[in-house]
Amino acid sequence: MTLSQLPLGAKATIHSFTDELLSVKLLEMGCLPGEWVQVTNIAPFGDPIAITVSGYKLSLRLSEADTILIK
Amino acid sequence: MKVALVGNPNTGKSTLFNALTGLNQKVGNFPGVTIDKKTGKCALATGEVVDIIDLPGIYSLYPRSADETIAFNVLCDTDSGTRPDLIVLVVDATNMKRNLLLFTQVADLGIPMVLALNMMDMAKQLVIEIDVAEMQSRLGIPIVQLDARNGAGITQLKEAIASKGAIVAPLFHIETATLAPALTEKIKAITGNPNEYIAFQLISLFGEAKFITAEQKKAIAFAVANNPPNIQQLQTQETLLRYNLINDLLYDTVKQEHKHDETFSNRLDRLLTHKFFGVLIFLAILFVVFQSIFTFSKYPMDAIEQCFLLFGNFLHRVLPHGVIANLLVDGVLAGLSGVLIFLPQIVILFAFIAILEDTGYMARVTFMMDKLMRSVGLNGKSVVPLISGIACAVPAIMATRTIENWKDRLITIMVIPLMSCSARLPVYTLLISLVVPDVFVGGIFNLQGMVLMAMYLLGFVAAIVASLVLQKIIKSKERGFFLMELPVYRMPRWSNIGLTLVEKSRTFVWEAGKVIVAVSVILWVLATYGPPTAMNEITTRYAALPQTSANQLHQRSEKLEASFAGVLGRTIEPVIRPLGFDWKIGIALITSFAAREVFVGTMATIYSVQGDETNLSSVRDKMKNARNAVTNKPVFDVPTAFSLMVFYAFAMQCMSTLAVTLRETKHWKWPAIQLVYMTALAYIASLLTYNCFL
Repeated sequence: MTLSQLPLGAKATIHSFTDELLSVKLLEMGCLPGEWVQVTNIAPFGDPIAITVSGYKLSLRLSEADTILIK
Repeated sequence: MKVALVGNPNTGKSTLFNALTGLNQKVGNFPGVTIDKKTGKCALATGEVVDIIDLPGIYSLYPRSADETIAFNVLCDTDSGTRPDLIVLVVDATNMKRNLLLFTQVADLGIPMVLALNMMDMAKQLVIEIDVAEMQSRLGIPIVQLDARNGAGITQLKEAIASKGAIVAPLFHIETATLAPALTEKIKAITGNPNEYIAFQLISLFGEAKFITAEQKKAIAFAVANNPPNIQQLQTQETLLRYNLINDLLYDTVKQEHKHDETFSNRLDRLLTHKFFGVLIFLAILFVVFQSIFTFSKYPMDAIEQCFLLFGNFLHRVLPHGVIANLLVDGVLAGLSGVLIFLPQIVILFAFIAILEDTGYMARVTFMMDKLMRSVGLNGKSVVPLISGIACAVPAIMATRTIENWKDRLITIMVIPLMSCSARLPVYTLLISLVVPDVFVGGIFNLQGMVLMAMYLLGFVAAIVASLVLQKIIKSKERGFFLMELPVYRMPRWSNIGLTLVEKSRTFVWEAGKVIVAVSVILWVLATYGPPTAMNEITTRYAALPQTSANQLHQRSEKLEASFAGVLGRTIEPVIRPLGFDWKIGIALITSFAAREVFVGTMATIYSVQGDETNLSSVRDKMKNARNAVTNKPVFDVPTAFSLMVFYAFAMQCMSTLAVTLRETKHWKWPAIQLVYMTALAYIASLLTYNCFL
C-alpha cells in the first residue's frame, strides 16, 4: 500500500520508497523508513495532502505520496 | 570575520539575522544568480564588528534548487573570499531530527561552528527537554539556546561568535569516503583538497560546483564516467548513516513527553484548509486585502500628490524660468511622483503579504490552490503573486521569489502583467464613461460596472491562457517537487514585518524609480522639442496673436503635434490605423509606456484641457466632442474605445514592470519576450475587437 491510499486521519509506518531521486528528498524532509506518518489534511481539491511526520507537518502531492510504501 | 547563518527554512533564521544586524543590512545578489544575498554587520561585546551572511534556507547540501546550489558553493569554496570563518547553524528545537541532518553535512566541511537551538519557547511548550551540556560535550562545539522572536539568547550567541566556535568533534563525522572509496581518493587527488566530504559531494555535483577549474571538472567527469556510481543510492546511504548518528545523539540528549492532545495549530488547520470554509475564508481574506489597498491608500496617495504639486509650484517660483525649471518640474518631479504615488498601495499590499507569510497562512494558500494552478501550468505558490498583480505588477513580480521551481516562477513572472493593474483603472473608467451608457440592466446591475468587471476578467483569462502556452514552450531540466513544510501557526513578528516593509519599499523606490525618472525625462524632451523650423513657425505665429489663455492652449496643442512625440505619433499612425487609433492616440500609446495612467494626462494635454489634468469629466467632454476631420464622425466611438481598452488590457506599456522583470530574471531576453508577446497579443486582440464592433 502506498501513502496516497491512506485515508484521512489514518496512521501507518513508512516502509520504503519507489522513486530513487525523490527518496533522497523525502529522507531529507524527515520521511524515514520506520517513521510514523498520519494523514492530517487533504486540500480542498483533493490534492495535495498534508501528513504529520517526524514531529512536523509536511505537504506533498498525491503523485509524490504514491512513491512511499507504507505498512 | 565572516559569519554565515545556515539552517532549514522556517527555523527563524531571518528573525535571528534581523536581531543580530538590525537595520544595518543590505540585500545584494549572489554573483550570477537571482537569489538574494543578505549581509549585515553585527557589533560584538568585544568591540569587534563581524559580517553576517544570511544564506538561503536549505534542507540539505544537495543542490536541487538555485537556493541550495548557492549554499553549497559558498560553503565548499575553500579558496575564494566568500567562504565563512564561522557557521552559526540554526535549528528548530522542536524538530531536531530533520534539522540536524543539515548540521551533520555542514559539520563534515571542517569549518568552525556554533549550534543555535532556536524556538526554545515552543520546545518548552511541547515539553521537550534538551540536555545541552551533554550535547555540547558530544559535539565539541558551543551550543546556544535561543528564542529569537523575543530576543532571548542573543547576547549568549554573540559571545559564542566572539569565541570563534570550534570544529565539530571527530566522533560526530561520517566516514563518507567509505561509501565510494576509489572515486573519493581520485577526486581528492584531482582537486588537491583533502576534505573527504567535499570530494564525496563532487562525485555527483561537479557539474554545479563553481569552486573547481574547468580542467578539474573534466578530470572528475572522466573518473566518474569510468566508474559510474549509483548516485541516488550513495546519497540515500549517506543520509541514512547521518540519521543513525543523529538518532544516537537525540536518544541520549533529548526527552519528549508524548502528549496526545490536539495542538492549536492542527485545529486551526482543519478550519483554514477545510473543503468549503477554507476556500471561503481565503476569498474573504482576499476581499479584505483589496478593499484595504484601495481604501486605506487613498489619503496617503492624495497627500503625496499634493506634496509634489506644492513642491513643483515652489520650484517654479524659486527657479528662474527656463529649460532647467521645466525639465526638473515636468520631467524629473513628475516622474518621481508617478513612482511614489504607488508607494502606499505597495506598502499595504506587502504588509498583508508579510503578515500572511509570517503567520504561516501563506503555506496553506499554496497547499489549497496547488491542484487548481497546476492544471494551467502554474504552481500553488503562483496564487499570491497573481492576485497581487491586480494592485501592481511590480511588487507582484517581486513576490514570486517564494516559488522555488524556476520554470514555474518564470511563467508566473511572464503572465503577471496581464492581470489588470490599478494603473489601467483610470484608462478603463475614462473610456467606459465615453461609450457605455450609464444604465442599469435588469434594474440592479450597472452596465458600466459590468464592462469594467469584464475587463478584469479578460486580464485574468489571458493570464491563464498565456501560462498554458508558455508551459509548452519553456523547457526546464529542473524536476519540480512540491514537498513543502507547513509551519506551525504563529503570531506575526511586527518588528520583522516592519524591517521587511522598509527594505521592500527602499528597493521599489530605487530600482523602479531610476527607470521611471529616466523615461519621464526622455518623454518630456520628446514632447517639448521638435524639428526647429516647425516649432519656430508656431511660436512666431502665436506671438502675433493676443495672449489669451485659449490661444496659449492652442499653441501648446499645436506644438505637441509638431514635437518629436507628435512626429512619432504620426509615424506610427499607419500601423495603428487598423485598430481604429489616430496619431493623437498614438502619442498617448507612446507616453503610456512610462506608465499606463499617463494616458489620461496625455489625452488631457492633446485635447488642451485647461487646468487640472486629473479632472476626468472635462477630458471626457473634449474627447466626446472630438470629430474626425474627414468623416466628421466622433473619434471615440464604440469600436475605437473598446479596441483601445483591449489594447490597454494586454499591451506591455510599463517600463517599471520590464525593469523589475529584468531585475528578477537577470536576463534581458525575458523582458524582451514579455514586451513582444504582450504587444503582439494586444495588437491582434484590438484588431479583432475593432472589426467586431465596426
